[in-house]
Amino acid sequence: MNPVYIARSKDIAARNLGGETMIMSPRDSTLFNLNDVGTVIWEAADGQTSLEEIVEREVCTEFDVEPAEALKDAENFVCELAAHGILLLADQPIALSSATNKEHS
Amino acid sequence: MTAVRNGRDEIEMAESSAHEINIDIGGVPILVRTESREFYQILQNRFGRFVNAAASPVFALEADVVPIGKITYEEELRVRFAGGRWVLQRGDFYAEIDLASCRGMIRQAANPYGIDAALRIVHSLLLAQQGGLLVHAASAVRNVRAFVFAGVSGVGKTTLARLTPPDAALLTDEISYLRRNGDGYIAYGTPFAGELGEPGENVRAPLAALYLLAQGSENKIEPVEQAQAVRSLLANVLFFADDPELVARVFDSACELVERVPVRRLTFVPDYRVWELIV
Repeated sequence: MNPVYIARSKDIAARNLGGETMIMSPRDSTLFNLNDVGTVIWEAADGQTSLEEIVEREVCTEFDVEPAEALKDAENFVCELAAHGILLLADQPIALSSATNKEHS
Repeated sequence: MTAVRNGRDEIEMAESSAHEINIDIGGVPILVRTESREFYQILQNRFGRFVNAAASPVFALEADVVPIGKITYEEELRVRFAGGRWVLQRGDFYAEIDLASCRGMIRQAANPYGIDAALRIVHSLLLAQQGGLLVHAASAVRNVRAFVFAGVSGVGKTTLARLTPPDAALLTDEISYLRRNGDGYIAYGTPFAGELGEPGENVRAPLAALYLLAQGSENKIEPVEQAQAVRSLLANVLFFADDPELVARVFDSACELVERVPVRRLTFVPDYRVWELIV
């Protein structure tokens, strides 16, 4: 499978409140709440690091999960966010101008 | 003739025999101008204690009063941004709102319903620009502190409003008006009434707490996690515009309010003793 690169869309509003990441899609007003794993992936979505690397370096080292299962879950997760325009997905690194800064804290 | 101050300069409205009424809600006076004396009287009656001839209006709305009948074919309220202005449509009114020039128009019959809905929308748009919110909530002032009680219809907003003790002033039983003020917020009275059918007092006070209402078998106040508070608050924010930039601002405003104002869950038995907890 080709590598997947992910970047935070610049068209979203996000906050970390009380340790929980909340993201609103202004496009359809959908509100997402990310769990710990989701937050790690979200914060690492710089457009330059592949999803596989993120899972390997960030998720598997921080959480007790099987790499293959973690990657499968991560792929489902990023596809769902991408469907709402919250994450950008590409099979090559994504230019930084397409990505947004991390959320306010 | 009345000058409208829009923050940059003053716009003078044309001389005519029109009737003008300055409706001052949330410290944001909106001038409504109409050729119809009947409509003018309706506005005087509807917004009574919120009419403030001395205030300098920040927005002017021209009211074109037409005979009773269907104004547009939109059954449900529809708000969209088109041609540099907001277009508001419902079966009983049509309005255009230009935030840049601080002017708008509304076409409706001589009744208070269209203008009431239009004013809510204009205020929600103006507040969104300033970090404020219109919230589906009752609110009251007690001991110079404002308390907001948010919840969906049927959860007890009007019940709580009816139980307001003599030493508290009811701001509204339906739509609470919250404006940023430095690091905090000010809650204002509004004429927007729910089942109570009575406008709120035209007073204001610093917002001390936001309560998420629930009815139960005992009176109690419980903490609410910030993320949950934002979710619950957003579920009760009045916002009509389907505009990505403004939606993002409303989200940010809700988060900022939750970070600055205590949010608690208030479970209550519907009798006067619940107010013993609100001090």
